[in-house]
Amino acid sequence: MTYLRSKFRHPSLPKNDLGYTVAHYEGNLSTLCAGCGHDSINASIVEACWELNIEPHKVAKLSGIGCSSKSPAYFLSNSHGFNSVHGRMPSVATGAYLANRDLIYFGVSGDGDTASIGMGQFVHAIRRNLKMVYLVMNNGCYGLTKGQDSATADLGSKSKAGSVNPFEAIDLAGMAIELGATFVAQSFSGDKEQLVPLMKAAMLHNGFALLNVISPCVTFNNNPGSTKAYDYVREHMEVAALVDFVPISSEIRATYEAGNVQDLLMHDGSTIYLHKLAKDWDPNDRLSAITALHNARKRQEVLTGLLYINEDSTDLHSTLNTSERPLNQLEQAALCPGSEALAALNKALH
Amino acid sequence: MTKINDFVVRFANVNGTGSASANALFTRAVFRMGVPVTPKNIFPSNIQGLPTWYEVRVSEKGYLGRREGVDLVVAVNPQSMKKDYADVLPGGYFVFDSSKPLPPGYDREDIEHIAIPLMELANAEYTDARQRQLFKNIIYIGALVTLFDIEFAVIEQLISEQFRGKERLIEPNIKALSIGKQWVLDNMNPETFSLSVERRDLLKGKILYNGNSACALGAIYGGATVAAWYPITPSTSVVDAFSKYAGKYRVDAETGRNNYAIVQAEDELAAIGMVMGASWNGARSFTATSGPGVSLMSEFLGLGYFAEIPTVLIDVQRTGPSTGMPTRTQQSDLLSTAYASHGDTKHPLLLPATPKECFEMTAMAFDLTERLQTPVIVVTDLDLGMNDHITDELTWDDSKVYDRGKVLSAEQLDTIYGDANNNGGPSSQGEGQLTAFNGRFGRYLDVDGDGIPFRTIPGTHPSRGAFTTRGSSRDEYAIYTEDGAAYKRNVDRLALKFDTAKELVPQPEFIAAGQRGSTSEVSKNSKDGIIYFGTSTYAAMEALEMFEREEIHIDAMRPRAFPFGKAFTEFVASHDRIFVVEQNRDAQFRSLMLIELGIASSERRVSPTGLSDKLIPVLNYDGTPITADNIYRQVKEAFL
Repeated sequence: MTYLRSKFRHPSLPKNDLGYTVAHYEGNLSTLCAGCGHDSINASIVEACWELNIEPHKVAKLSGIGCSSKSPAYFLSNSHGFNSVHGRMPSVATGAYLANRDLIYFGVSGDGDTASIGMGQFVHAIRRNLKMVYLVMNNGCYGLTKGQDSATADLGSKSKAGSVNPFEAIDLAGMAIELGATFVAQSFSGDKEQLVPLMKAAMLHNGFALLNVISPCVTFNNNPGSTKAYDYVREHMEVAALVDFVPISSEIRATYEAGNVQDLLMHDGSTIYLHKLAKDWDPNDRLSAITALHNARKRQEVLTGLLYINEDSTDLHSTLNTSERPLNQLEQAALCPGSEALAALNKALH
Repeated sequence: MTKINDFVVRFANVNGTGSASANALFTRAVFRMGVPVTPKNIFPSNIQGLPTWYEVRVSEKGYLGRREGVDLVVAVNPQSMKKDYADVLPGGYFVFDSSKPLPPGYDREDIEHIAIPLMELANAEYTDARQRQLFKNIIYIGALVTLFDIEFAVIEQLISEQFRGKERLIEPNIKALSIGKQWVLDNMNPETFSLSVERRDLLKGKILYNGNSACALGAIYGGATVAAWYPITPSTSVVDAFSKYAGKYRVDAETGRNNYAIVQAEDELAAIGMVMGASWNGARSFTATSGPGVSLMSEFLGLGYFAEIPTVLIDVQRTGPSTGMPTRTQQSDLLSTAYASHGDTKHPLLLPATPKECFEMTAMAFDLTERLQTPVIVVTDLDLGMNDHITDELTWDDSKVYDRGKVLSAEQLDTIYGDANNNGGPSSQGEGQLTAFNGRFGRYLDVDGDGIPFRTIPGTHPSRGAFTTRGSSRDEYAIYTEDGAAYKRNVDRLALKFDTAKELVPQPEFIAAGQRGSTSEVSKNSKDGIIYFGTSTYAAMEALEMFEREEIHIDAMRPRAFPFGKAFTEFVASHDRIFVVEQNRDAQFRSLMLIELGIASSERRVSPTGLSDKLIPVLNYDGTPITADNIYRQVKEAFL
């Protein structure tokens, strides 16, 4: 089967400050199932990058294995992508980030790729506060191998074949907050309004930014009884706060009522305005965020929005005191000590 | 019979008692006397309390392999004393701590017993328990130095160098040496002692260095900026040394910032993943591990092969399988490195034999991996990595420019697409190669017939040259495909690339029968050949001299890399019988030859028929470094 996408774009498509239309941020035609939540997320990524005036070649897309991990081919075709091995995307991202601190690292993973085979690397990327966006397209099942339960499937959730999941789900957002992640958000693939500003904020966060996005598997986990089905998620989604992201260059101010709005200042000077809906919850407080997550789960609801942020986050390069100039751009003269140093070393080994 | 500059001393200690540095002092003293010396540290996988041995071979003739038989043992470990006692050659010496009486059974008449009350001497001088322990070791070094007639000034000098910056430690150490010396002068007649070190000048241009430090230095000189690793014996000291050298050579004087990054990963899988991420992103990067780590890294190595990502891996082999004997040596990762990962996967291996080669080959590995765009594995072993060896002084050619391989710049991408402002900007690649793209960059296009495609580094160009790297099948333009023909074109090109690698990797060295000194000329003086590599080299060369003395002539080849090139194949083809010396049970190098030389190809002149009969394994795999006597015995059988 061949997929062809029309190259025609309407001449009056709007351009961003860099002079690019949205088309410049699109990827190859998706080969995911029609209606897959992942494709909606990909569309949000395209929109977020276009609106944020990000130069596509300054983004590196990274993924592991699975339906979700195929996604990087379907957005930002002017960015380099690295579709690595199962569960190992965080290590590849770590190395890439060490090599060049000037790019934005956008990691895409799934619930199998993160919560099972990739748990070890996921946890350690958080521990190092690796500066990257780590987006989990979370559908509670293994789509590419035809629908087995994953480790994020909820206890009691029913699969398409009718079996009931007997195990507790791993709560990636809660775990990430516990581990010290400096930016943790949850969202739903069908909620672009919420997803796009969260993505923008995540891309500008100075540290590890987890976006755990419920993204229903239309083919294998969209049946009655599944807690990751479209209908179920829509009905059980609880929004912690309405989010508006305002880049540093912009003057626009969201029109939320005073008193309910919390300003969060990003590393680069941009602002996130949170219009808080959840009570007794403070996005700067880990304990409060974890409690809010627990309470939502008790109500069998999915708490979405920016759940926790540490605005003073410092990234791995400052921890390692690395050169401001990216390591991959250092000249040989800065790297090779040369023959004179070697002569001195020889002398010390006599 | 007096043995001048030709004997073996064994120190039998309990680990964790500070004996290692004392014993190393003895080695360096012999080195400073201008006499070739080879120490072998045979230590346990344990931090404190188990037996550890340190064997020092002194050889005026320059034999640097391990030798069987011990001329003098310093036996201060009751756990191993019985065996240490039995291992002393007739006419040799047994040095022990006589503070407590020896148990019965230590009554050999063919050796001399030297009873030094080490503990009493240490207790009389020092009050602190730890000091008593540490200086007991230095006391026996003082005694030995006196017995062997090593100049006392030499050892004094070494002490003052060792404690530079901690001067207050110099005096008590010298004191301990003097206690040992005085005891010998008071209680023995050194004239009757038959082993001695006489000053020579045989070590001009030589240094005493270990392979792991040399690999680390090679990584510094080779321009590595990202090191990711997971601790494992015996490779840990590679990264320790890299960290030390980086701190010395890679901190920007103005900003105080590091021109390098080291990450201790959560496991070996992550370590090599980080290396691949960094290399993909244009930084030179490496990791170091040992056998179990290679097993864990195999998945990524397959990705590196198929997705064509530069990667430098240093494998310091230890005794396998599984956990095996983690602190003992072996050359048993040859197949697991050469063919690491599933599918039709193979990797170039570099096989250094000396610390100098560790330095050079590690530095070279970064050029090779970027030129070939495939993982390159430097395969050393515990013996080479952790023991000190006499090796030539390190050299570096300052005019050498790193070979970054086929990487396209933004200007070159513009040229390919005919976009440009094309004023013929700087272009290191030939114009012809760029034209051959026919107006469209293809990550996996072979435009010049060597099987190696061009790559682009993320962030290079706003609208040209981006692609997705993946471990799944793709076409020449990096587009995912399940088309069998496209898949086959791709893997055939990878095979061609591997052929290209054959002549790019370090070529073998040859010693023609009856000759001294190695050359790059294929040796054909005899119908018999011998192949050895890595740490089997010194022992094999010594064995060859033993055969020459018996008028048995054998041509020698020391391969320095895999895959095998023309010279290698020619050597195999031109000998009727070839001994293959290696340190593993299953003759893995021989298997590598049978597999690779047996693959059908027009250029290979070795017929696989009969190859199996012609290759005779010579093996050692007990975890200790191979000896010349061992090689001699096994090869000799074939001549009886």
